[in-house]
Amino acid sequence: MNHEPVRQAAAAVVIGASAGAVEALLRILPELPPDYPLPLLIVVHLPPDRESTLAALLDARCRITVKEAEDKEPILPGMAYLAPPDYHLLVEPDFHLSLSSEEQVLYSRPSIDVLFESAADAYGTALAGIILTGANSDGAKGLRAVAASGGIALVQSPDCAEATAMPAAALAACPSAQGLSLAEITGVLKNELPHQLK
Amino acid sequence: MKTSAAETEHIELRLLVEAIYRKYHYDFRDYSSASLKRRLVQARDRFHCASFSALQELVLHDPDVLPQMLGFLTVQVSEMFRDPAFFLTLREQVLPHLRTYPSLKVWVAGCSSGEELYSLAILFREEGLGERTLFYATDINPEALRKAEAGVYEADRIPLFTSNHRLSGGKSSLSDYYTAAYGNAILDKSLRKRTVFSDHSLVSDAVFAEVQLVCCRNVLIYFNRDLQDRAVGLFRDSLVRKGFLGLGSRESLHFSAHAEAFTPFARNERIYQKTV
Ligand SMILES: C[S@@+](CC[C@H](N)C(=O)[O-])C[C@H]1O[C@@H](n2cnc3c(N)ncnc32)[C@H](O)[C@@H]1O
Repeated sequence: MNHEPVRQAAAAVVIGASAGAVEALLRILPELPPDYPLPLLIVVHLPPDRESTLAALLDARCRITVKEAEDKEPILPGMAYLAPPDYHLLVEPDFHLSLSSEEQVLYSRPSIDVLFESAADAYGTALAGIILTGANSDGAKGLRAVAASGGIALVQSPDCAEATAMPAAALAACPSAQGLSLAEITGVLKNELPHQLK
Repeated sequence: MKTSAAETEHIELRLLVEAIYRKYHYDFRDYSSASLKRRLVQARDRFHCASFSALQELVLHDPDVLPQMLGFLTVQVSEMFRDPAFFLTLREQVLPHLRTYPSLKVWVAGCSSGEELYSLAILFREEGLGERTLFYATDINPEALRKAEAGVYEADRIPLFTSNHRLSGGKSSLSDYYTAAYGNAILDKSLRKRTVFSDHSLVSDAVFAEVQLVCCRNVLIYFNRDLQDRAVGLFRDSLVRKGFLGLGSRESLHFSAHAEAFTPFARNERIYQKTV
């Protein structure tokens, strides 16, 4: 182990999902090793009842740390940050997180588009965006922004997704995105992105 | 790495914000930039400008667009008794302390269109503190302050306000405090009889009163850390010893330079007490 202070990574992975999200995330995140070199920023559409147990549930099953994002928190590698219910999650250009209670976007707060667009601005080419299962079109614009800034765009193939509308909309908006199964996405996250996003 | 177009846009955005500051003295330079950018993109599209530079030219040469720009630059989302648990905790745990003061001053910083101020006015009245409390409701957005002073809300927002009020431990019926007219709910004037509304910026203005309670909810998230420190410094200077600071449900003093001057009083509800 080295004893350097943990530094904010200048690369990241953003993930968006709605219907079927919990199952899908439980297939992917537990596979990542505790010293995973990238941070993951995640928006899941949840009922805005303002208290969520999802972070605790995922954290208990993962070797990386999963937590709800706090305002102005530094983004560290090996951590997964979930948008809290009823707040948008954004990435600041200095790689801090920020929260916002701005209007809903496509009836959603948190919005996948809002996270992905701000992350694309902050990370540029050092970003991968992943759209998983979901029943609306949030995330399509965001994924296009990720690709337009030179980042990597991945989508769960609609035929393997529990809800198809979200991945289908993402593929339509961002034709350069790769459609993959959950197992393939997990493989890319584990084995490829840490090198590609260096 | 960023594309060169993204670099250019970033420069243009910084220049636009600088221009607004130099010309109109509204200082957004230390606001959280990701959210600020989103809102400036909306303004750019609304004014049919091709770039932030074009929007800068418009803003500099046409002062009439400033009020509308402020509508984009500030976030005006609010509701009465937003996060009922916060108000319930104020009622049950903070008010017993405040009751010991013969007269009270409360500062609602970033009051937007007044929903939070009226919530507090109702709560203090229900708890028998209305007559000894003076409220200061401040904001930088003149349009929001005007709405706050008017206290008129669309009737379709009332069901949410009513259920929030009930969940906050409300002892009366919210309908006791408004009259319905033309699709609006007009709040009882007497609720603001002991309120001073004023234009005050947490970025550039100074402390103006000594208070027992500051509520500043969902304002600090729009500031970067330095600016958050400035604002919390104002609250610290304004509060009496053992005074209370209430923040938004996802705000904290976790990363604040003033963290040591406060102790968490109700951790989940983000209520802090000044220690010194
Ligand atoms: C999202 S609203 C919060 C309303 C209310 N406190 C609530 O939680 O429901 C944020 C408010 O902060 C105000 N604001 C922004 N910058 C400010 C500043 N520098 N000083 C004071 N108020 C500010 C905005 O104009 C807006 O009305």
